[in-house]
Amino acid sequence: MTAPQVRESAAGLFRVDDGLGVWPHRGRVAAVGIGHSPTARRWDGAAETSIGAWTILAVRRAVADAGVDPAAVDVLVLDRHTTGGGSPWPEGAEIPREVAERFRPTDDPLDGVARLSPQWLLANLPELSGVKLVVVTTMCMSMALTAAIETVGRGHGTTAIAVKAWHNFPGRYGVRGANADPTVSGPAKHGVRGAGIAGANSFMNAMEFRRYLFKYGKSREMMAPFVVNSRANGLLMPEGYWAQHDPRPLTAADYLGSRMIADPSSLLDNDLPVHAAAAYLVTTAERAVDLRQPPAYVLGHAGSGVARGDRYDGLPYRSVVETLEESEAWAAATARRVYESAAVRADDLAFENCYDGFSFLHPFWLEAFGYAGVRHGEALDFYQGDIGLKGPHPVSPSGGNIGGGRTRFWGHTDSIQQIQQRAGARQIGRPATIGLSGGFMPYWSNFVIWSRDPDGP
Amino acid sequence: MPRQSPVPETVDREFFAAANRGRLVVQYCGRCDRWQYPPTTRCPVCDGAESFLWREVEGRGTVYSFAVVHDTQIASLRADLPYTVVVVSLDECPGVLMLSHLPGAADVAIGQAVRPRFAVTEATGQRVPEWEPLS
Ligand SMILES: [Zn+2]
Repeated sequence: MTAPQVRESAAGLFRVDDGLGVWPHRGRVAAVGIGHSPTARRWDGAAETSIGAWTILAVRRAVADAGVDPAAVDVLVLDRHTTGGGSPWPEGAEIPREVAERFRPTDDPLDGVARLSPQWLLANLPELSGVKLVVVTTMCMSMALTAAIETVGRGHGTTAIAVKAWHNFPGRYGVRGANADPTVSGPAKHGVRGAGIAGANSFMNAMEFRRYLFKYGKSREMMAPFVVNSRANGLLMPEGYWAQHDPRPLTAADYLGSRMIADPSSLLDNDLPVHAAAAYLVTTAERAVDLRQPPAYVLGHAGSGVARGDRYDGLPYRSVVETLEESEAWAAATARRVYESAAVRADDLAFENCYDGFSFLHPFWLEAFGYAGVRHGEALDFYQGDIGLKGPHPVSPSGGNIGGGRTRFWGHTDSIQQIQQRAGARQIGRPATIGLSGGFMPYWSNFVIWSRDPDGP
Repeated sequence: MPRQSPVPETVDREFFAAANRGRLVVQYCGRCDRWQYPPTTRCPVCDGAESFLWREVEGRGTVYSFAVVHDTQIASLRADLPYTVVVVSLDECPGVLMLSHLPGAADVAIGQAVRPRFAVTEATGQRVPEWEPLS
């Protein structure tokens, strides 16, 4: 096996500009296989539960689920980072010897433990002997999956694995390093993105949501049905954190009684950091028809962000924090691009799996996409109606990050399974013909439109 | 209320030096007629540096929004929970938002007028602008 080409940027693969029209590969790419590791709250230090081990497991399961010969996989798309920054490897801590000895190492002792290089993953997945191209992405599964879809669409490979993993080490998430210092440097001292001086990760979203409530005359209590529905759906996702470890439904009273973190954002508006990995197998429409699972065709994809050359970032805020007006404008522009790419309209959607970590992001996306005819300022009213799996407009059938833990991939898994009609107890009542999944935030996102029919509606 | 002391760097030395004198300065690009905060080395729109200068402002503002923080990962803020973080929109500088702390679950409202004051931070004595309701 010759070493694959490694592209360290996926910037050129994202459709973040206006006016790109219909996706040229509409209906010609499909997701088929899904692989998940178990989901843990934190890593227990064992070799077989290390994030590297669980990523290997997820990839193997995705390949087996699709019924593809592992040697046929020719593209690997991954993110080297396995934390958003909240769970760094404890300084000076030793890597358990059992872990170091279990896997084929790279020069980086934290590879497979606190991060993931393509070299490590391929060395420990020797059966993926046909990988010719590795694409390194950043942030979320939405980016990795979209990059895999576009790569296959362009014909740079025929069978791609998109993988995303999140480790979570013992210790309180985020209460480490610079946060413990009496001084503050860098952008955090101005509160950029609500970090640093604001003192709560959910601050920015919380204050935007308060502005939303003010603008549209709504109340925070109106979020309760969404959070309750998310947990209920998440409990039907066997891979999710709550389903695996604490399968109790939530009530509206639980939500309203939940302790505040950054009021109006409570503990239950924040998604739980977890330790988990997932992989999807994406292939051409021609190959997909002969595989073990039915194809979930991609009609289009688009997102928000800045992609120039090899640079790929979120959209810059006008000032230190994102405003509601920026969020609404960016989300609306994203939705227009997504619909245009797929040549579908809001009323073609049978279900949606829009990003929800924090919970308050869901109404922003729901309104931008006009799901079920919901317009700006109407999402919270919409949540008071029938948003359940068997109703006319299922909301977040995956349960999202609120219902399954902070992985940012449940929505994609559910969308593919809904289209394939193998979502089990989560299978929506109406025919799952066309669906939407993606995230994360309005300033930086990728969404996919899925379809049972490669020709769309 | 206690909070972390910001360490001035090249890009924002003027901002913190002014704060120590009880003054608020904000970057302004004369070419673009545009105010900029957080501090940057050049105008983010025209990439110019010559016409991109610090200007003193009075600093009155309006509450854009706020959240009451009950739990924080910042050690130096933990002593004083809960506290309120206000997003202030500066009246003289369209588009510019700054964050401010108020003790407790502050009696504050979106749209309320606020004025700057300068608070001393514990670790280094660096002063920082904060805002308080006018009435
Ligand atoms: Zn300029």
